[in-house]
Amino acid sequence: MATKASRSAARLMMAPAVILLLGWMLVPLIMTLWFSFRTYLPLRGGDQGWTGFDNYVRFVTSSAFWPAVLTTLTIVLSVLIITVALGVLLALLLDKPMWGQGIVRILVIAPFFVMPTVSALVWKNMFMDPVNGLFAHLWRFFGAEPVSWLSDAAMPAIIMIVSWQWLPFATLILLTAIQSLDSEQLEAAEMDGAPTLKRFYHIILPHLSRAITIVILIQTIFLLAVFAEIFVTTGGAFGTRTLSYLIFQRVLESQNIGLGSAGGVYAIILANIVAIFLMRIVGKNLDN
Amino acid sequence: MTRHATFGVVSALAVMAGTSAFADGHSKTITIATVNNGDMIRMQGYTDTFTEATGIGVEWVTLEENVLRQRVTTDITTKGGQFDIMTIGMYETPIWGSNGWLVPLDDLSAEYDVDDILPAMRGGLSHDGTLYAAPFYGESSMIMYRTDLMEAAGMEMPDAPTWQFIREAAAAMTDRDNEINGICLRGKAGWGEGGAFINTMANSFGARPVDEDWNAQLDSEAWANTLNFYTGMMEESGPSGYATNGFNENLSLFNQGKCGMWIDATVAASFVTNPNDSEVADSVGFALAPNSEGVDKKANWLWAWALAIPAGTQQEAEAKQFIEWATSKDYIELVAAKEGWANVPPGARTSLYENPDYQAVPFAQMTLDSILSADPNNPTVDPVPYVGIQFAAIPEWAGFWTEVSQEFSAAYAGQQTVEEALAKAQAITNEALEAAGYK
Amino acid sequence: MARAITPRRKLMNTGFAWAVGLLIFFPILWTILTSFKTEAQAIASPPIFLNFDWTMENYSIVMERSNYARFLWNSVIIAGGSTILGLIIAVPAAWSMAFVPSKRTKDILLWMLSTKMLPAVGVLYPIYLLFIQLGLLDSRAGLVIVMMLINLPIIVWMLYTYFREIPVEILEAARMDGATLREEVLYILTPMAIPGIASTMLLNFILAWNEAFWTLNLTAVNAAPLTAFIASYSSPEGLFFAKLSAASTMAIAPILILGWFSQKQLVRGLTFGAVK
Repeated sequence: MATKASRSAARLMMAPAVILLLGWMLVPLIMTLWFSFRTYLPLRGGDQGWTGFDNYVRFVTSSAFWPAVLTTLTIVLSVLIITVALGVLLALLLDKPMWGQGIVRILVIAPFFVMPTVSALVWKNMFMDPVNGLFAHLWRFFGAEPVSWLSDAAMPAIIMIVSWQWLPFATLILLTAIQSLDSEQLEAAEMDGAPTLKRFYHIILPHLSRAITIVILIQTIFLLAVFAEIFVTTGGAFGTRTLSYLIFQRVLESQNIGLGSAGGVYAIILANIVAIFLMRIVGKNLDN
Repeated sequence: MTRHATFGVVSALAVMAGTSAFADGHSKTITIATVNNGDMIRMQGYTDTFTEATGIGVEWVTLEENVLRQRVTTDITTKGGQFDIMTIGMYETPIWGSNGWLVPLDDLSAEYDVDDILPAMRGGLSHDGTLYAAPFYGESSMIMYRTDLMEAAGMEMPDAPTWQFIREAAAAMTDRDNEINGICLRGKAGWGEGGAFINTMANSFGARPVDEDWNAQLDSEAWANTLNFYTGMMEESGPSGYATNGFNENLSLFNQGKCGMWIDATVAASFVTNPNDSEVADSVGFALAPNSEGVDKKANWLWAWALAIPAGTQQEAEAKQFIEWATSKDYIELVAAKEGWANVPPGARTSLYENPDYQAVPFAQMTLDSILSADPNNPTVDPVPYVGIQFAAIPEWAGFWTEVSQEFSAAYAGQQTVEEALAKAQAITNEALEAAGYK
Repeated sequence: MARAITPRRKLMNTGFAWAVGLLIFFPILWTILTSFKTEAQAIASPPIFLNFDWTMENYSIVMERSNYARFLWNSVIIAGGSTILGLIIAVPAAWSMAFVPSKRTKDILLWMLSTKMLPAVGVLYPIYLLFIQLGLLDSRAGLVIVMMLINLPIIVWMLYTYFREIPVEILEAARMDGATLREEVLYILTPMAIPGIASTMLLNFILAWNEAFWTLNLTAVNAAPLTAFIASYSSPEGLFFAKLSAASTMAIAPILILGWFSQKQLVRGLTFGAVK
């Protein structure tokens, strides 16, 4: 169908986007690679020359490296599981006939509009503060000792904050998918007397697989980069130091650009491993 | 889309973006990065006075402390030139000054009276005898305590108590049913938060972070004693969740009447005695920071928030003018006239402490005594190779001490033992000092 | 045919859904309520829900302390500018991917998405140095470009999925009638794609509005948006819950209102066209 002319025109039209993104990817990447092979300490005389793979070795052998990778993956996976599972349930609930459906949908969607810094600040201070936080009041009301969330349960707390931000996104995509489900098909199954759970597994869930794929893909991209939530709440303490936070500590707190850049390269590698893994699933699911 | 349309939109964007330039058109405007502390925010309120007198406009970039550090450090190390004045502390000033990144403040006017700056502050903000930042306010740390609770506990606070006394008094004051904790201390991770506090406490227990040859000493018995004493006391008498409490958290606890004692920055004295903010304003007493029995170093630090000019700014003269105004005797009098002597920026000038009006302020003398008793050149019992009390003035300190304090905070939260935390801290410190080439 | 449902059942659904919705919305509601309390009431124990003395004091303090209008305007310019610029670049790219697909189209799309996975912290120094060289520090133009680049993959991808839904037959008919490529895009495709483009714009506006790393690190005064505004309220001394709430409300209110009014388009935008 496409002629040769339209093909070259198409290439031309694609060019600005591709070139810009290539530049956006390559320029910092090359600079990062360059720094990663150098001893670059801005506070101690700047660039002090070539150092080979020292930064790479030092970064990966540091006691903080593997825990940071694990923390990163834990946050991504937990948030994905929570948002997808709750998202499906919420979508099923919102799909049912009710009064004021539009308003409920607005309420559910709202957290998506809140800046990550704001939501981290609000959760940290007004809810999770062990003395004046709302949770502390609630706990005391039931006669329990208030929990210091951001130290004793730092990971669950951060996972909760991030999940709250992303739940609307998952819910809305899944809701749209459910609404497109052929209701006659469902009714037929209902008349056949298929139990609710069976209906869910055999009809609803397969129908949602494509939507779930989208949720996982988009969220993973954003979740790998989670930063503000940790910066504001725990500052990386209590086992919440992700890989990107570790790089932040090396680059900005320790002012070791070389070491931090080597960390940046590792983070890019990790992101690509996750990406390839994701693309495998997504590629298959997006084809039809 | 036609090329015309594209061009139109792009140039529209450029025009919108370009309007930002109007702010620094003809009249001179300086940009100041500062931290969102109460005294700084008060200073912003008086900006108009400065502008009226000099015709120099001021743009404020007010940021929370962590963000500010990140922001100004990036800018100074890359020579970004975004700010004409930066608010920095006693830690950054000598390091940046020695790198030639700051404009020396060696030609301040006679009426500014640079010799009036407290010697301890001037020393800490200089490198090789040259002043690189002018102190806006200075502080040490001291004990703030509730006189009513102390009395109810049947005890009396000496002027210079020991840690052992503090622990006993804290236990006596604690009344958990009424949400009264005998003592509130910083536990929050960060070299300038709990990391700073625990280091001064270690000094007063005879510990030191490194020896003369930069070998980490965190596996020493003195450090174990410090941390065990701290966690033991906080278990007995501290607030729940103290592992995440920093200066602000403790301030708000104290102001709500939930702390019997609080050992922290001397500037807090004016907040806790201000009836607008504090429920316990009329029953606060002060004492020198404690030391452990038999150790003659006290657990008090020395710090100043100061104004510095990055080298290479286009507006050096205007920036200097602002610094001279903001850290002058006149500014202090301006605040005193408008808001009372208790609210002036403390700890920077000798003349302030000689002023009879200020001497009437209840915490003035104790603040001065605390500042005078801090000695950055001689912070520990055993010798150390650095200058500084709650920090070592080396570029790597902020990085690795933050990580060390994160291990400590994890121990405070009960996620690891004190021994485990100290072993990790030892490794982190050695690793960092080795990477930086100290040994 | 709609399923018959008993009013009782509907009532139960309604009650349950409202409860869940309010629970999810509660943190925002609480923030808004707290912004109208005094600092003392904000931390009162037990917490006060509604029967406090409503005050605008916190808002006037915040307005006095910060130039809110400038932060707001910068946010609008940066989010709006980057979205428009992104669309200008993305529409042709997405069009060609959707209508003249090649074997590599999907690879290119996925590669574009993968550029979003670069850790921002790792490249702060390189980008900062580049910005100094180009004189873009603290300029809205610089941030418009960065935000555009960050969101470009998402824009391309969303537009691509919308364009693919447009039946090819219409285009072929137009071509038969002798329409040029330009006319094809301008007069046939674009009108049909307007809803999709609107949704894409909305979503990207929100993403750019909420981005808090680059907007904070590359600005000082002239280009600082609301993310920088909020960074000065995060932990001042003393009681600050009410002031923090007021500042937070001011930072999120514009986008919250925009989002609510354009909910329908947004919902469609969020589905990335991939869910029908």
